[in-house]
Amino acid sequence: MIHRPHRHTSSSQSYSFEPSARFLRWGAKLSAILEGLVKAFWLLISFDPEVYGVMLLTLRVSGIAVAIGALLGVPTGATIALNEFAGKRFFISILNTLMGLPPVVVGLLVYLVLSSSGPLGPLQLLYTPSAMIVAQSIMTVPTVAGITVSAVGSVNRTIRDKALSLGATRQQLTSTILKEARLGLLTAIIVAFGSAVSEVGAVMIVGGNIRWATRVLTTAIVLETELGEFSVAIALGIILLLLSFSVNCVLTQMQWKRSRD
Amino acid sequence: MPIVETRGLAKQFGEKTALRDINLRIERGDFFAVVGPSGSGKTTLLRLLDLLDEPSHGKILFDGMDTACSERDRLALRRRIGIVFQQSIMFNASVFDNVAYPLKIREANRDLARKVDEVLDLVRLTGFKERKAATLSGGEMQRVSLAQAIVFEPELLLLDEPTANLDPENTAIIEEIVSKINRERKVTVITATHNMLQVEHLASMAAVLRQGELTEIRSVEELFEKPSDFLASFTRLRNVYSGQARALDGGLTLIDLGNGVNVVATSQKTGNVTTFIRPEEMIVSTSSIQSSARNALKGRIIEILDLGHQVQIKVDAGKEFTTILTKKSFEDLRLNLGSQVYLNFKASAVHII
Repeated sequence: MIHRPHRHTSSSQSYSFEPSARFLRWGAKLSAILEGLVKAFWLLISFDPEVYGVMLLTLRVSGIAVAIGALLGVPTGATIALNEFAGKRFFISILNTLMGLPPVVVGLLVYLVLSSSGPLGPLQLLYTPSAMIVAQSIMTVPTVAGITVSAVGSVNRTIRDKALSLGATRQQLTSTILKEARLGLLTAIIVAFGSAVSEVGAVMIVGGNIRWATRVLTTAIVLETELGEFSVAIALGIILLLLSFSVNCVLTQMQWKRSRD
Repeated sequence: MPIVETRGLAKQFGEKTALRDINLRIERGDFFAVVGPSGSGKTTLLRLLDLLDEPSHGKILFDGMDTACSERDRLALRRRIGIVFQQSIMFNASVFDNVAYPLKIREANRDLARKVDEVLDLVRLTGFKERKAATLSGGEMQRVSLAQAIVFEPELLLLDEPTANLDPENTAIIEEIVSKINRERKVTVITATHNMLQVEHLASMAAVLRQGELTEIRSVEELFEKPSDFLASFTRLRNVYSGQARALDGGLTLIDLGNGVNVVATSQKTGNVTTFIRPEEMIVSTSSIQSSARNALKGRIIEILDLGHQVQIKVDAGKEFTTILTKKSFEDLRLNLGSQVYLNFKASAVHII
């Protein structure tokens, strides 16, 4: 038994049951959330073309950025993990720093490069989905590479000896180790997708949040919030969560299935 | 032509010399044991012979070819050698995929399923195909490791203390399979061990490794006949005697060890023999006991050595015998220096080399 000291309650203290102004304001916000829930549901079942367009663009931009992240990040990470070279630790530190790169900074850099006076200005990519993909890829590549380094590095070293002793070539050895690290690699994809789809700073700067062209869920939420349309903003937030949840369900399902193979 | 030959082989890890001036000739079909305490360089030697590491000095010739060649040629040679490590590690996949791996990477897909089935039968893991390798017991994993190392029909099989962490049952299975493929398929085997019983059972030639140097290379018979003090010290090789054997009825042999000591052994050998009795295979009693053991020698304790949970005693029974018993038994029997004891052991515990 724990003995608690008695709390003396003073009966002289009076409570007011009149709704304060603060309570009313809070009530308005609560109703915005509830309204947002209903709106989200309505936008989804009514197949609102604009919302669906924004959703598809979100998926396209982040999906391609993750694919690029995997294509470049996995080989980079595996090469770093499997080879010994001078400055390896320094390189991994840089990679880990890049994993935490602020999206706004990435957006700014890509903006400067792609703007009409920038080095890649003639490509006229600024304010297009391609620019958004480029910006997000700059974040997904180090993320995937960094997690790949640790996933591949944590594969037991004796697995290497085993594969070599059984007659594996260098190439077969690498693919064997990647296969052993497959759970970690899927984690890399999940993390990269999560950070890409929820990022707003970079896509806002290089995409410009142009309606029907470069508007994605996160930038739409910022816009609606600025306009004071809280319930719409919340509805879009819920849709973003649902989208992210569905993609993660698929990836996690794959991860579980792989772990049982 | 020897299948493996080393000339002045040495391996250096930084400042530390792991192996120096190793000169070995191992003939095709041999069962060769490398005996040495832990840290003597056994694993280093086997890794060099499997072409996993490169020597600091000296040469390794495999089937007459210098192995200091291109990485591609080394791979081709390595693919003719199988190795089982002390620690078994499995690929995170099914038993079938684990065993099929060496065949798949060789693109030897013909009869793949049949070959895997056959080798799983051989290691007595029939029906384990679909099991996830990571869920197997240590002994089963080591048998899968052996299956992986022999499924591609290597000419040379290297064993790095594969039974060091295993129970007697799994040890027996592995010994039996290895012995079988050495005899029937003429696969050359090099095993690192400090289990002298295994050396006696399996090997024909043995080399003793001491701090990275080969101190003896002899036939197993010669090794047991006069074990060096060094060999005896780390293998706990005790109770080694030479004597005269003559046949008895019922497949038994009576061996006169001299000084009035006779022991019965299950063997047909006669004449001059070398024999040893493992300290663990003796039962100590304070009075004569009725048992199935064919041998009971009476003597007095002349030396007591405390080994922690166990006590090692030396008994003078005409010849000196060393045996080990638990401290509990030692105390229960109220033994002391000079106590009279009987040493009981089966005829099958007398190993003739």
